[in-house]
Amino acid sequence: MWLRNDALQYGALAKLLHWLMFLLLIASFALGFSMVDLPISPKRLQWYSYHKWIGVTIFLLVIIRFGWRMISPPPPPLRIPRWQRSLAQAVHAGLYVLLFVIPLSGWVTSSAYGFKTVYLKIIPLPDLVAKNKVLAKQLSEVHELLGFALLTLVTLHVVGALKHHLVDRDATLKRMLPFARITERDL
Amino acid sequence: MKPINLCRIILILLPGCLSQSLWAQVREVNYAKSTLQFTVKQMGVPVDGSFKKFSAKLNFDPANLSGASAQIEIDMASVDTGGEEGDTEVKRKVWFDVKEFPVAKFVSGSLRKKGANQFEALGKLTIKGKARDVVLPFSVVEESAGTTVAGQFTLKRLEFAIGDGAWNDPELVADEVIVKYKLALAPLKK
Repeated sequence: MWLRNDALQYGALAKLLHWLMFLLLIASFALGFSMVDLPISPKRLQWYSYHKWIGVTIFLLVIIRFGWRMISPPPPPLRIPRWQRSLAQAVHAGLYVLLFVIPLSGWVTSSAYGFKTVYLKIIPLPDLVAKNKVLAKQLSEVHELLGFALLTLVTLHVVGALKHHLVDRDATLKRMLPFARITERDL
Repeated sequence: MKPINLCRIILILLPGCLSQSLWAQVREVNYAKSTLQFTVKQMGVPVDGSFKKFSAKLNFDPANLSGASAQIEIDMASVDTGGEEGDTEVKRKVWFDVKEFPVAKFVSGSLRKKGANQFEALGKLTIKGKARDVVLPFSVVEESAGTTVAGQFTLKRLEFAIGDGAWNDPELVADEVIVKYKLALAPLKK
């Protein structure tokens, strides 16, 4: 079925989730970096809200992605040196962990600042900790550090994919591209 | 002591003496146990604040409402939003404009009974120089230690130009502000 992953490439659902995540991460990082320096203003209020809503969305998507990965395993890695395979696996594992943990860290930071997270303005999430300004400051630094860690892993992930595509000229990237279909000959 | 000083002392003491005799039912307020809080939704997120300083002159005997009255004054600069940044912001011109309008006021000359221990105060609320007729519901709990008057009502911030200009958008900050009040009164003097 085209929705599922097969032996050659990722299926439509995995691709959709992957590229949706890609777009959401760009938006989230752009908002995250710029909102923190804004003075109190409607823009700041909106950007913080959007950043949080995107974070909650990423959190939900990563759970769905992980579940889908269990149901429909990704195609096996192409023939590459063992160290590359281990590195790629480690980076993928790290990405999953951070995509799960960072939204949580943002949520708990918001709770500590005394701001409830209300997803899309309508779904209030429970507060994870009581209001505590000192804790909030520390948590927001943790959130930021984890963000930088994620940026590092994403960079490795992108560099790896591009290296396979441009230097090795294999199908690693192509099997995740939205509209590409690859055949045995591409391997 | 010069006579002029004596006159001054009498003048200073006189209002206090009068309030004891003529308005015996003006209730003493225990401010340490009284609160004035508000909640407003920002992008759907309820955010709380309070006023630390206010004064209430309540002429109130639940058994005799004919001469009842209430006058509450709120020191707008005493606002506490839970953070320095918010406190500074909300005192600015677009919000409370504390410099121009340091005091908000509620004045009522009419209190009516709505049910067992349930009352309403009809009066004028003045914030930022704008006066609106409001009805403040409250319940009364009488105990030997004193009387607790508590209630809440919903204020429309835009009617008072609170959050003007760029903030004049209820999608950002809701128009409805829930105001909660609790006054701890000393027991009635019989």
